[in-house]
Amino acid sequence: MGIIKASKLVFEYLKYNDEGKVEETSRAIDRVDLDVEAGQFIAVLGHNGSGKSTLAKHINGLLIPTEGTVWVDHMSTENEEELWRIRQKAGMVFQNPDNQIIGTVVEEDVGFGPENMGVPTEDIWRRVDESLRAVGMTAYRHHSPNKLSGGQKQRVAIAGVVAMRPKCIVLDEPTAMLDPNGRKEVLQAVRELNKKEGVTVILITHYMEEVIFADRVIVMDRGSIVMQGTPREIFSQVDTLKSYRLDVPQVTLLAHELRTSGLQIPEGILTIDELVNAICQLS
Amino acid sequence: MIRDITIGQYYPADSILHRLDPRVKFIGTLIFLVSLFVSNKWEGYLLATAFLGAMILISKVPFGFMVKGLKPIFMILLITVAFNLFLTPGTILVQFWIFKITDAGCLQAGKMAIRLIYLIIGSSVMTLTTTPNQLTDGLEKLMRPLTRIKVPVHEIAMMMSIALRFIPILMEETDKIMKAQIARGADFESGNLIKKAKALIPLLVPLFISAFRRANDLAMAMEARCYHGGEGRTQMKPLKYASRDLAAYGIMLLYLAGSIVIRILGR
Repeated sequence: MGIIKASKLVFEYLKYNDEGKVEETSRAIDRVDLDVEAGQFIAVLGHNGSGKSTLAKHINGLLIPTEGTVWVDHMSTENEEELWRIRQKAGMVFQNPDNQIIGTVVEEDVGFGPENMGVPTEDIWRRVDESLRAVGMTAYRHHSPNKLSGGQKQRVAIAGVVAMRPKCIVLDEPTAMLDPNGRKEVLQAVRELNKKEGVTVILITHYMEEVIFADRVIVMDRGSIVMQGTPREIFSQVDTLKSYRLDVPQVTLLAHELRTSGLQIPEGILTIDELVNAICQLS
Repeated sequence: MIRDITIGQYYPADSILHRLDPRVKFIGTLIFLVSLFVSNKWEGYLLATAFLGAMILISKVPFGFMVKGLKPIFMILLITVAFNLFLTPGTILVQFWIFKITDAGCLQAGKMAIRLIYLIIGSSVMTLTTTPNQLTDGLEKLMRPLTRIKVPVHEIAMMMSIALRFIPILMEETDKIMKAQIARGADFESGNLIKKAKALIPLLVPLFISAFRRANDLAMAMEARCYHGGEGRTQMKPLKYASRDLAAYGIMLLYLAGSIVIRILGR
């Protein structure tokens, strides 16, 4: 059993009428099974309303399953007493960087998580130093978060999670509100955490370019997992992806179009270099 | 522009006053205010002047910043002085129509003016040398005993510091919404007061909705980072008294004792 496991997970949003009675239920997640090994980089893709954010909120116990169970490091999220330990194990980074920074100074914000966990003062300082270094924000430690760029704010948010020494970080569309440069900075930081510190990463996104580095890609549609596999496997099925209203990276799409028009190019090309190689080998 | 607005009026400098524990400064300000009302003799005010002067010198904050704080209370000051000047009974010095200026009135008005001005400058010294964050921390520590009578001290302090963090964000948002509404023909400038107030509705409604949405997001982010109230929480920058803080307490007590002695001996 991996670090995160979900079995037959179902979650229903309830809509109440004026008298407080349940008027209708809508199923955001429908019988999802998931097993994530420690140290992996997982990307979750899906169109709006596919249930990917709801799934993310189950991983650190912000939502409790309607049916089925989620285990984080062998602890079930339904168990109230374990809730704080689960949230420490599985940190979460949200979409809007402004709405998740609590401190008025960068270093104080990074220290917020450890403070809540009751870590002794000297230890908090050590953790803050390490986390800021890990995301490359040490130079900004005394700045006010309001004066940072979006990418920098999001890196501060990541540092805030890293300071809690989680085994797993769930990022819920962390780059959706950033410009291309900020997006690059944040992704770079996340990949380094995964490579150097061995933190398990679950990246939820709808930018296809961000998932080509993942060990495994999960595609969700209407609350269910519809595709799973390495980026290459996923992106070689261009037409299936399109039926889930997802786009493939431009290079992959170009390769696919060339192939359908008769050129001998393999499926699942992910980078420009690969395509260049493939084209050069055409006779 | 809007991003640069700081709340409060902190003046960054490196002085002993800046480095003092916020609790010391808070209590010190209280002692200074008390001493102003203890003194009723000119010697007492002389002592207060010397003390305040010394503090301003030590703080390294330009004197102009202190005086700025007097602007908003100028009217109150004028009214207080006028009331004391004209309505205190005593031997009449000048009289015209129904206004009488008495010798006791002059004295009383002078004392009230000094008290008010020193009161404002005294508290300015504190707010100019303490960041809002430090103030919140200090207040939380000072009010800690109130938790026994079920006052949610930690929660209040947390609310204050979150408010400080979000004020610039919401100001920026107000600016954005205002521009968006102006672009669609809203008019915030013309008309009488009622019309202007009504024009604010299309500004306030989206602002409130967005504030609630932010609050919801922030609450979720805080919970995700294990926030569960003040219980079992440690602090990254705990307030600890250093020897200079104790010395400051000593000086303040001496000063208070001095002004009490002057009052008793002055009879």
